[in-house]
Amino acid sequence: MNIDDFNLLAKLIRDRSGLNLTKDKGYLLESRLLPVARQHNLKTLEELTMKLRSRPDNALVRDVVEAMTTNESFFFRDVKPFDQFKGVVLPHLLATKSATRSIKIWSAACSSGQEPYSLAMILKEEKAKLQGWNIDIVATDLSTQILSKAQAGQYAQFEVQRGLPIQYLVKYFKQQGDRWQIDQSIRDMVRFRPLNLLEDFSSLGNFDVIFCRNVLIYFDQPTKTIVLERMSRQLSNDGFLFLGGAETVVGITNKFQTTVNQRGLYQQAGATHKLAGS
Amino acid sequence: MKYCLIVDDSRVVRKVARRILEDLSFEIEEAADGKLALEACKRRLPDVVLLDWNMPIMNGLEFLVELRQWPEGDKPIVVFCTTENDIAHIQAAIGAGANEYIMKPFDSDIIQAKFQQVGLL
Repeated sequence: MNIDDFNLLAKLIRDRSGLNLTKDKGYLLESRLLPVARQHNLKTLEELTMKLRSRPDNALVRDVVEAMTTNESFFFRDVKPFDQFKGVVLPHLLATKSATRSIKIWSAACSSGQEPYSLAMILKEEKAKLQGWNIDIVATDLSTQILSKAQAGQYAQFEVQRGLPIQYLVKYFKQQGDRWQIDQSIRDMVRFRPLNLLEDFSSLGNFDVIFCRNVLIYFDQPTKTIVLERMSRQLSNDGFLFLGGAETVVGITNKFQTTVNQRGLYQQAGATHKLAGS
Repeated sequence: MKYCLIVDDSRVVRKVARRILEDLSFEIEEAADGKLALEACKRRLPDVVLLDWNMPIMNGLEFLVELRQWPEGDKPIVVFCTTENDIAHIQAAIGAGANEYIMKPFDSDIIQAKFQQVGLL
């Protein structure tokens, strides 16, 4: 791919999604965009970039951006954040939110739904403690295509094997041929919505917990700051932010503070009820 | 170093699993059926057993039922690794005391994720 074509695609993807493509990722453009080109009856990437230059249509632009921003996910990814959610965050919220008895969670960039469904299964397991509580899980992603898959809640065998405890598979899934369908009761706990993190998301309302894992790594520094500071405005004073293992707020924003011994878990800088030890 | 017993009548499967688990720093012993696996457990109780279901002489489920009756037989973590991929088999395995269940085909990501879930990694 020549440099002009690379720059055109990189700019388009960056403007629409914030994803920062470096030149060493040229191979990724080729492997992901060739199927998109063919889908739109274009034979090569050169034809695709030519069309984007001359007469781009919305569907083509959307498919290009979605192809580059869709990432694989799996249930209970990395284990630890979900242990922290169950063992640290949930008890804290049960104590600090007993007046309103309401917990609102946002899974930002939820991909094919494994993250919000993992949270829903944890909450279902904890239902005895949550009697009378109002739980709302909102899951968003830029890609409408991946959101359709998430909403369907149907997974291949290899997808239910990576991270999902076997007891949960038996309890919360039904086998349909070679696919596994997640229970309606779990699907009903999650509301999926298309959302671009670069655009205003204040209409989503306020949350007590935000999962934004393995997203910021794709953004450049100023974009990380903007997104994190806007998330801070949507997070309740005693709310929590989960980031991915390779992500941090340090040096990016002072709106959040780290928590002691809880890697990847952050609180608002001005939180009234800090975690014990913080 | 944790000690893993790989039980499968296929030499190829044992070899693939051995390579994956050695990369994850496990010490490996192999057995080709349930009876040989019980003998291996008598010699040295493993930390984890990666267990096939369908094998000659003694199958994986029979092995597990017998192992769990031993005085120390509740100690090894048992992860089934089988082509049996229906709910009835999975439930039978859990009922007999399996800790996790892998449906073949498997790869290193799946083994790693399952071993991580049961606290082995």
